[in-house]
Amino acid sequence: MRRYLARRLLLLVPVLAGVSVIIFMVLHLAPGDPAEIMLGSQATREDLARLRADLGLNEPLHVQYLHWIGHVARGDLGRSLWMKRAVLGEVLTRFRATLLLTATALVLSTTIGVALGVAAATRPNSLLDRLSAVASLFGASMPSFWLGIVLMVVFALRLGWLPASGMYAPHGGGDLGDLLSHLVLPAVTLAAASVTIVARLTRSAMLDTLGQDYVRTARAKGVSDRAVVLRHGLGNALVPIVTVVGVQAGYLLGGAVLTETVFAWPGVGTLMVQGILARDFPLVQGCVLVVALSFVLVNLGVDLLYAWLDPRIRYE
Amino acid sequence: MSEAGAAAVTLARAAPEARRRHALGRLAGRNRLAIVGALALLLAVSAALLAPWLPLADPDAVDTPNRLRPPLTAGHTLGTDEFGRDLLARLVWGARVSLTAGALSAAAAMLIGVALGVLGGFYTGWIETVVMRLTDILMAFPYVLLAIAIVAGLGPGLRNAMVAIAIVGFPFYTRLVRGVVLSLREREFVEAARALGASDAVILGRHVLPHLLSPVIVAFSLDVGAKILATAGLSFLGLGTQPPTADWGSMLATGRQFVILSPHVVLLPGLAIFVIVLALNLVGDALRDLLDPRVG
Repeated sequence: MRRYLARRLLLLVPVLAGVSVIIFMVLHLAPGDPAEIMLGSQATREDLARLRADLGLNEPLHVQYLHWIGHVARGDLGRSLWMKRAVLGEVLTRFRATLLLTATALVLSTTIGVALGVAAATRPNSLLDRLSAVASLFGASMPSFWLGIVLMVVFALRLGWLPASGMYAPHGGGDLGDLLSHLVLPAVTLAAASVTIVARLTRSAMLDTLGQDYVRTARAKGVSDRAVVLRHGLGNALVPIVTVVGVQAGYLLGGAVLTETVFAWPGVGTLMVQGILARDFPLVQGCVLVVALSFVLVNLGVDLLYAWLDPRIRYE
Repeated sequence: MSEAGAAAVTLARAAPEARRRHALGRLAGRNRLAIVGALALLLAVSAALLAPWLPLADPDAVDTPNRLRPPLTAGHTLGTDEFGRDLLARLVWGARVSLTAGALSAAAAMLIGVALGVLGGFYTGWIETVVMRLTDILMAFPYVLLAIAIVAGLGPGLRNAMVAIAIVGFPFYTRLVRGVVLSLREREFVEAARALGASDAVILGRHVLPHLLSPVIVAFSLDVGAKILATAGLSFLGLGTQPPTADWGSMLATGRQFVILSPHVVLLPGLAIFVIVLALNLVGDALRDLLDPRVG
């Protein structure tokens, strides 16, 4: 396992290098002078010169990249032009909120999705199975931001059961109950599409394993239905399920941008959109970098989990 | 043969027969849904194409005294938005933008992805390495996040949003096509063609590309819906279509502020996206059942 871990960690290096090049290039994609784009048409010549010098825009591209990546490696993501603060601190504060939202949504989609998938696989063509097929089609077709608005209208604005937006109540809030009540609607919105995907994949993986000879043998031995389904069925279906959950983690990290915008959740997604509209490139780069990095780490975690679940993978 | 034995044989014969009939019934049932989906698509596409000639109000005509009228108001079948603009007209004109954006960005992603997939699968060596590392790196980003980052660089706007979505979307086709090409490369008919002295162009054009047709058609039909959702998402964030032009995503975004008083300004464009993407998914699923022998 240690050798496998070392190899996986080594493989991270080219991926991270590629990711950083792409994030760096984002700043230079736009035709024209980045300094002019950031400061707008009303900027004075001195302002432009100062910004160019600050960001090293007069240097050749590869020198700029090396300069930037050197700072990033030391934890310096630059200063936000719009907020006049260090990017790293701001992004990390906001990232905590995104992580809370994404992790809650992932827990919801995994537990509900796996439970639904197992139930559907043990009773194929039952009402539950058909309902989950319809739900998955709906889940793949529904814009999450729209679902969020509909849930907000129904549960917050009409019924008044839950708060409509933000992370804490503006007055008198701040405790755990307050946070949880604010978390419900965004987490459910974000998890909705994933639940259906996890459920469908769990169903098909379970149907595969439940049709295997060892399952028939286990049944013939008189192993209880529950043990057959959970130990022999689900136990052996875990690798594809972990794959899809890992993919969903990435999808949720990215998709959180839309959900955060709907519910004014103070996460890294809303910060990034504000940064783009304010043309604050260092801020946008910082946001993308932190989220992409966490996505790469999630993928690494999933790979390690595979190797733990299925020892054959370690020796390939 | 005993009566019981005969009955058992009949039963044994009947079982696969019944199963086949059951599968056919399911396919027919799915196809019925797919036909409904295809009809919905046809309706939306023809409405979008014929928008200039349909008896619709001007989608940009502001009429503030009549703002936020509910559906079924005289003269405004689906009501009006916050500026008193006719919602039906805006939905139909918005369909032009949303459907074109989805189809074009999916087509661009497909063209780039297929070309790179063929190259990466057919030629080993540095071409394969470059193509596969590029797709790996692009896939190391969460999908939506990378699209947003590219729009950030290019600047907000519908065309840039489409470029971003195409860039983010092509690795999916590259992976798919490369896998198929890799297995085709080893097949006897390709080797035979090579032994007969056929050039790479002939092998690719006559022996490889035809085999890519059905997996790519299936992937594309399911992808257009995903791309419509993605462009609507970017427009919703204010990074796609810019006012006064409307697509369904930007209509949803601007309608949000009025959702308490007039939920229809948000519900209708969202419903339009939902129905069209659902229709595309139904048609795509039916196409997959039809073209992919491994499914069904």
